[in-house]
Order: sequence, then structure tokens, then C-alpha cells
Amino acid sequence: MPHPNRQIALAFFLAALLAFPLVYKRLAARNKVIEPGIRSTALARYGFRFQESSKAAGIDFKHTASTFDPKLQHIMEQVSSMGAAVSVVDFDRDGWEGIYVVNSGESSHNALYRNLGNGTFRDVAAEVGLADVNSRETGVSTGAVWGDYDNDGYEDVLIYKWGRPELYHNDGGKHFTRVTEQAGLPKWVNANTAIWFDYDRDGKLDLFLGGYYSEDVDLWHLKTTKMMPESFEYANNGGRKYLFHNLGNGRFEEVSARMGIQSRRWALAAVAADLRGTGYPDLFVANDYGVSEIYFNEGGKRFRESGKETSIGAAPKSGMNAAVGDVLNQGRFGIYVSNISEEGVLVQGNNLWMPQADTSGDSIRYENMANAMGVELGGWSFGAQFGDLNNDGFLDLYAVNGNVSLARDRNYWYDYSKVAGGNKAIISDAANWPPLDGRSLAGYQQKRVWVNDGVGQFKEVAQLVGVTDVYDGRSVALADFGNRGMLDAVVANEKGPLLLYRNTVSPENKWVEFELEGTTSNRSAIGARVKLFWNGQQQVQEVSGGSGFCAQNQRRLHFGLGKTAGVDRIEIRWPSGKLQTVPAPEVDRIHQVKEPL
Amino acid sequence: MSPPVATAAPGKPASPVARFFSAENRYLPPLFITLILLGGNLSFGLLESFSRTALAIGTAIVLELALGRMMYGRFPNLASAYITGISVGILLRSPEYWPYALCSAIAITSKYVIRWHGRHLWNPSNFSICAMLLLAPEYVATLSIQWGNTVWPMVIIWLLGAMIVYRVRRFHITATYVISFVVLAWLRSAITGHPFLAEVAPITGPMYQLFIFFMITDPKTTVTPKWGQYVVAVLVAVVEMILRLAHNVNAPFYALAMVGPAAMVVEIWQTKKNRPNPK
Repeated sequence: MPHPNRQIALAFFLAALLAFPLVYKRLAARNKVIEPGIRSTALARYGFRFQESSKAAGIDFKHTASTFDPKLQHIMEQVSSMGAAVSVVDFDRDGWEGIYVVNSGESSHNALYRNLGNGTFRDVAAEVGLADVNSRETGVSTGAVWGDYDNDGYEDVLIYKWGRPELYHNDGGKHFTRVTEQAGLPKWVNANTAIWFDYDRDGKLDLFLGGYYSEDVDLWHLKTTKMMPESFEYANNGGRKYLFHNLGNGRFEEVSARMGIQSRRWALAAVAADLRGTGYPDLFVANDYGVSEIYFNEGGKRFRESGKETSIGAAPKSGMNAAVGDVLNQGRFGIYVSNISEEGVLVQGNNLWMPQADTSGDSIRYENMANAMGVELGGWSFGAQFGDLNNDGFLDLYAVNGNVSLARDRNYWYDYSKVAGGNKAIISDAANWPPLDGRSLAGYQQKRVWVNDGVGQFKEVAQLVGVTDVYDGRSVALADFGNRGMLDAVVANEKGPLLLYRNTVSPENKWVEFELEGTTSNRSAIGARVKLFWNGQQQVQEVSGGSGFCAQNQRRLHFGLGKTAGVDRIEIRWPSGKLQTVPAPEVDRIHQVKEPL
Repeated sequence: MSPPVATAAPGKPASPVARFFSAENRYLPPLFITLILLGGNLSFGLLESFSRTALAIGTAIVLELALGRMMYGRFPNLASAYITGISVGILLRSPEYWPYALCSAIAITSKYVIRWHGRHLWNPSNFSICAMLLLAPEYVATLSIQWGNTVWPMVIIWLLGAMIVYRVRRFHITATYVISFVVLAWLRSAITGHPFLAEVAPITGPMYQLFIFFMITDPKTTVTPKWGQYVVAVLVAVVEMILRLAHNVNAPFYALAMVGPAAMVVEIWQTKKNRPNPK
């Protein structure tokens, strides 16, 4: 029999253990208390603040969702919970970035906001032929990516859908001509991601298109309700992947199988970047209901899936975002993947895959540093983008979230988790899913804006810098809409308005931007890599043909510089392989750089 | 989670192989659970990480040694602590490290503190996981979908689990609970109007097999008479059904945490009452 005093002491010890989470939470909450007046001092504290300005900018867009086959009526809000997407483009080459936002209602219209250069925008989608693209017969938009596939100097657009993907040729910035059939695109793909990249560096942009639902599923005319994922984390019954090689005459050849991309995971996001320093763009695909995939580009001749070897493919989650950024100014890209976190139910946590020290090339290994760096918990996260929001020289992270916001006081989590854990015969059949009945599923969530301190920690400041909406955010893109050297954010919300968060940055922080144009390389310069050296630091960025969740940032590269006197130099590696050095580019201005012949 | 270990039975000497697979080998359950963990992680990557599981196991073992020495003056056998630690490592999900250490620490400490008449009332890992879910839901969840949705992991767990619980004569607890769950799933379906397959879905997933084989059968925290074990298994399923109707995501853990100790208290009280007074 133990001594009573020891029993009492042990009882106190147990009480202390049980009290620990409460103390931990209280300490954590203390760091998040919004002191009175802190919003007005956000500029001084964090170096930037946002102001939602869509109305003032003349943007009045509200996303509408699809209504699929009545057999899905009981879970309609869940199955039609994606489709809001936004991409940034200077489609008429007037030097001002515009916005293309897609819609998902069966007869809804997409909008193309031309930047008038005075802080306002005007929707010209109908005028140029990019508005009326959604219908029950041809499917509804889930996103759009821009790239100059024929190198005529104007950005063309691929609109991907639950349905027929559509390619539109940009006729001099004045009109768009549909060229889907000539291009040889498939008749039906339930796609939720697409990116432009020149995987073989032949100077012509190729196209990756990722299927979500299987391509034999017509969501408006279901042959069977057995079209849901066969597993919540190991599903292999999703849509196929397409890799279209640009043949150069307006036609594309589908080469995915030949190139080694044969996945049927449920792709939700993709990004291409040279992750190993080979000069060729690798391909990263974030999959819902499964592991992410990383395809290493073997000299433009083949892709090799290397998820297991790199550790990225070890733990399956609900990947919904793919964005790359040189987070620690090391000249190497980290990859941000968003997932699901819900208190006490499912705490997947987002992933920030950082390359491990002393690994590179084919032996590169990644480590998930999201927890250690403070960017892990973002609710039911969707789109996220890296960008230097306060021009301090370090990439910050803007992430949106929220799945289905219906009743505030009732949620679907219990029924969702009930089916999610069941045998595949049960989970894969929509008929077995309990009805949503107007309940929310991870709704009304606060967004995340994480500020990078440059030494490995991010601080969440969304509420403090003015990002206060709780819409169901899907797609976010960053761009300098005012040519002011500040990254604004445009956010597409499911069944919600398109939001434009104008940024105001502390003026003592300097910046520089580069607008690249390829000559031997693809004219959009997608894949061009710029390494900027300043103040003893370096940061690398690449021109992207799509990243985040159904999004595309501005093609122009934006670098924040902090309080610096100048830039030492930039080194450009063009997709063609040509190297170019630009010495001491002037700060606080946009530079046009053309690939030397 | 605590797999059953039986006491030795008289008989002629058995072969080494038979002894290894006998119920008296208290290292067999930890070995099986380790195999399940390794198999699950190699095939499905079910662990948050090996380091987190190692932290849970290490905490449980260190604390067991310290508390055993402090309270009883001797170092206890570590099989039980290992099982507690590995259970926490499998069943708890958190991106943080500290919940694994804390959950194991609560489990082991509760064994020494929450006792009545020399018996601990809660299954230690069940108690600590419920405590974490109640006190730190922002940081933890339980294993749910991480083991896939196919049949074969279930088959493996059923084979290993059934072997263990059958040999220690506790298969009836598992069977009673499963039958009760299925019948009550039908009842829930009738009440909610949801498809029967949706209601029965949870028990078709591999995570649940760990619960029905290795948690509700824990001999230290189940009542002694066989009829009582039947009743307790049914009651756990009934309380779980009530919690499920209230949309509680972690219903099985809470149901066991409520019914198990209550049954133990009743049994201890009955035993005390029936014991002849020495005076």
C-alpha cells in the first residue's frame, strides 16, 4: 500500500496534467488577443494592411453553384462545393493586370475584369467572348489558366470544367476565338486543376489537366451514384490525368501515359517548378482523398513519380492547394499543400514541404515544417499563395478556407465522419451519404494571413490586417493591380462575392518587379527563374502557369526588398536554358526584360 | 486500449511454440499490436509520425517505471505501459508533439491515482484519450480514416485480434458488442431516416476493429462474471447509440469511458457487500 502522502501528491500531479491543455490554450490565446486599436496600427506593426475594395473598384461578381443530377440532391451543397476560381492576366497587354473569374451555375456567366488603370475595373467578358461558357450540356467552369500557347504575344486561356475543357485563342487582346476542337482537347473531363508549362523546353507551352471525378461521370446525368471516392485517404477511382504536348500548329498531342503520368487520384491542384535545379520543370499534384504526387522531369523525356522517395507521398491527406515559394531565401522552393483541420474530428494540418538540408537533385527529400513554422492549422483550407505582402524581403502566405456555410448552429461533421470511415462499398456510393439537411460543414471560417519573420516562423495576422471575411474561400491570386509595388489579393468565394483586398504597404520597404518575355523560350516566359541578390540575401522565383487552388497569380515577378538601398543583381535562367544577368536593377519600379536572342 | 492477458492454467508442459502463442505469454499482445502498427504504417502510413508514437511509448514507459518505484517500491513489468503508449500513438492524431506525451502521462498516472479497492476503474488509454478530446479538441482527434476503407486491413486485425481474445476467452465480449452495434445501427437508421449502410459504416472501418478487440476487452477494466461482460458490452453499444444520435463523433470512446467504470464500481460494491464480515 503506497504512502498516503505520495498518493495525494500523485493526485495533484494528475490534476496538473489534466490542467495542462487549458493553460496551454490560455497562453496561446494571449498571443492572439486583438488589442483595441491594433487594426489601425497594423501598418506600423506588420508593414501592411488590406482593405476590401471590390465595390469601389467596380467589381460586382457573385459566384453561383451548379445543380447536378437529382440523385445527389441530398448532398448537393457538398458535391457542388467547388467551382469558384480566379486568375490574373494582362490580356490586352496594356500593362495593367486584369482578373478572370469563373462561375458554376448552369447558365451563369464568367467575368473578365479589364483593369482601367485608375483603380477600377470593367467586365468585358461578354464583349470578348469569354462570358457565356457554362451550360448543362458542355459543363460548368471550375477554373482558368492563361498562357501564350502560340507565342503571338497575347495570353490565351484554357477554361477547365466539370465538362468539356475549352481553349480560347486571344486575338490581339480584343476578342477570343474558341479553338477547342482544333487543339484536340477531350470531350469531357471533370477537371479541377490545369497549368501551363513547357516541360520539354521546346519553346511552346504544354498543358497539364488533372481530373477529379472520373471522366465517364456526367454530373447532370448520373448512370450510377457510385461515383464518390472509394476511400477518404486512399482513393484511386478519380479522374485521369492529361498531359498535352504542344505540337506548335495550334494542336496538342495527349502524351500522359507515354510520359509516365498515369494516376487516378482525385487531383485538386497542381504547380510546376524546377524543384531540383535541373533546368526542367517538375510537376507537383495535390490530391484530395490521398497522397500528393511529385513528378520529377527527366530531361523533358519522361516524368518519374517520386512521392515515396521524397517523403511527400508518405501520409495521405486531403490536398487542395499547391504553391511554391522560397520561404527562407535559400534559393530553394518549399511547397504548400492545404488540408482539413477540424477540432476533435480530423486534424490533418496543412503541409509546408521544405527541402531537407544536404539533400538536392534526385536525392532531394522533403520534411513537413508546417507545424514548426506555424502555418499548419487553417481550418478546411483551400487556396493559398506565397507573396511578399509587406515588402520586407520574405514571402508571406495568404490562405483561404471554409467548405460549406449553411446553418450556423448545426453541422454535418458527425454524419460526414460516419461515412468517411466506412468500407469502400459504402463511402463510394453517394446514395449511402446522409443528407446535409441545411447543415454547415466547416463553414464561416476565418481566413489566414501568415507573415514570415524570415527566420523560420510565421505569425497569423489576418484579422489584424483587415482580412475579416468568412465566406467559403476557394481560390486566391496575388497581383499588383495598381502598379504600385504592392501585392493585392483577389479571392473567389463559393456562392459568394469576388473580393478584392487592396494592399497598403509601409513606404520604407522597397520593391522591384520584373515582367519577362521569352523569345527562344515560350513568350509568356513561364518557367523562367529569377534569382535576386540584395543586401547579402537571395531569393528565387519562377514565372508560373498556375498555382494555388484553381488560380493563377500575375505572371510578373514581385520582390520585396525591405529597407535596402539597392539590388546587387538578378540572374535569369530562361526556360530555353539561356542565362542572363541584370546588374543593379533600379528599385521601386517595374522592369521589362526580354530574353536575349 | 489494453489487450487481454490471462492467468496461467494448469496442465502438462507445452512446447516452446505453444508457450509462445499461449495466453500466458504477456508479450504476445504487445507483439501483435506492434505488428499491426508496423503493417498499418508501412501500407497506409497511418501514423502521424514514428517520432510521435515513440514519444508516446517512451513517456508511458518512463512514467510507469517512476511511478511503480515510487508507489510500490519496485519496477513493474513494462508490457502494459508499452501497450498504453502504442495505443496512444495509434489512436491519437495530432500535428503537435506534446499531446502524445501528455496523453500517455495521463493514462499511466490515472492507473495509479484513480483506483478503488485496489482496482483501477478506467481503461488507461480510453480515459486519457477522452480527456484529451474534452480538454484539447483544437489539437487532437482520434484515428478515423487513416487506415483506408478496404477490407484486408480489417481481415488482418480480425485474425490477430480474434486469436488473442479467443485464447483468453473474451471473444464473446467482442461478438456481443458487434451484434449490438449492428442491431442498434438498424434502430438508428429507423430513427434518423438515414441509410442503414451509413449507420453501420463506422464498424466497417479498420479503426473500429482496434476498439472492439483491444479496448473493450481489457480484463483489468471489465467485470468478472461472464453474464456481466455481456451486459456491459451491450450497454456500451447502447450508450454509444445515444451519443451517436446526439452527433458525437467520438461516441465509442466516450461510451466506454462512461459504462466501463460504472460497471466496475457496481461490481466492487457488490463484492464488498457479499463478502462475509470477519467479525
